[in-house]
Amino acid sequence: MFQSIMDIISLWALPSIIILILTLGLIKKVPLYETFTDGAKDGFKVAVNIIPYLVAIIVAISMFRASGIIEMAGNTLKPILTHFNIPADTIPIMIVRSLSGSAALGIFSDIANNLGPDAYATKLAAIMVGSSETTFYILAVYFGAIGISKLRYALIVGLLADFIGIVAAVLVCNLMF
Amino acid sequence: MNYIFYFLIVISIICGAINGKLTDVVNSILTGAELSVKVAFSLIGIMAFWLGMMKIAEKCGLIKFIAKVIKPITKKLFNEIPEDSPAIGDIAMTFTANAFGLANAATPIGIKAMEELQKHNIEKTSASNAMCMFLAMSTAGFQLIPATVIAILIGIGYKNPTEIIAPTLLVTSIAFIAAIILAKILQKLWLPQKETSKEDN
Repeated sequence: MFQSIMDIISLWALPSIIILILTLGLIKKVPLYETFTDGAKDGFKVAVNIIPYLVAIIVAISMFRASGIIEMAGNTLKPILTHFNIPADTIPIMIVRSLSGSAALGIFSDIANNLGPDAYATKLAAIMVGSSETTFYILAVYFGAIGISKLRYALIVGLLADFIGIVAAVLVCNLMF
Repeated sequence: MNYIFYFLIVISIICGAINGKLTDVVNSILTGAELSVKVAFSLIGIMAFWLGMMKIAEKCGLIKFIAKVIKPITKKLFNEIPEDSPAIGDIAMTFTANAFGLANAATPIGIKAMEELQKHNIEKTSASNAMCMFLAMSTAGFQLIPATVIAILIGIGYKNPTEIIAPTLLVTSIAFIAAIILAKILQKLWLPQKETSKEDN
């Protein structure tokens, strides 16, 4: 029930926003076509502005992933985390989640396919992947677009919130499944 | 960020060497760089579309209206931003798009919101308190339905994939609230920004 209502809302959210914006614009006599193209002009500029920031962050993260350090960290953390009823398979997701969304999704997909629908690890991984955005990607795109290079506490907040999200995922999953 | 950048790259090279994966690490520089440009270029079209739409939304007063409706909340969260700034409306639009899992609308609108926040930023190369708050809220990734995850679960024959929605929503809400509280705390602890002199702008 909830799911089907949400499906309908998801399907109609974008079309309704677009209709609303255009209709309101027409009523208020905004020159639609001119205003649209005027705003859209910046699309290219913004995308190009982001490139240096994306290269810095995505290259560093690609190197990090290729180095095998995630497996090393996973093996080191394993004895500690299994104490807290955390399956070893989900450890790489915890490490990679803030760094790369596609990597986290890939690992989750592996866990789901290898361990099957009934495994506790599948559920925990699903919750961890579904409940967070990729902090480093958002940081690169949002701050890159406006040329912010001094982050102040932005990254720390993002990573701390990710960590709290992981702890919450483990607790909630323990209680529910 | 300087230390993180240094740490990520140097530690990767050292660990790559220890694990005998140095070739992979070196190759990943090229694939990473290619991927960055691909990501940026894939944004151009959708970015242009939403920037165009948002311009109309701004001109017809919709953004201002949204900003007015959520004023009681945003006044507390973004107290350095004037109440009638389009930034507030843009931020609200970003979270609406995010909540419904419309990532390819949320990113361009989020960037637009950052551009508006930049207009109120006193030090143009450093992140203002409002920007840190907005970023913290964005990275918590508040979303009503984790559509991709559910699709994968359905793919492996998970009998009741919707049972994952409630716990995910709970976890993402905890992270979201934690992000807001942490941003507020760190805002007090951190050195305030320095005003950029007029010539630098």
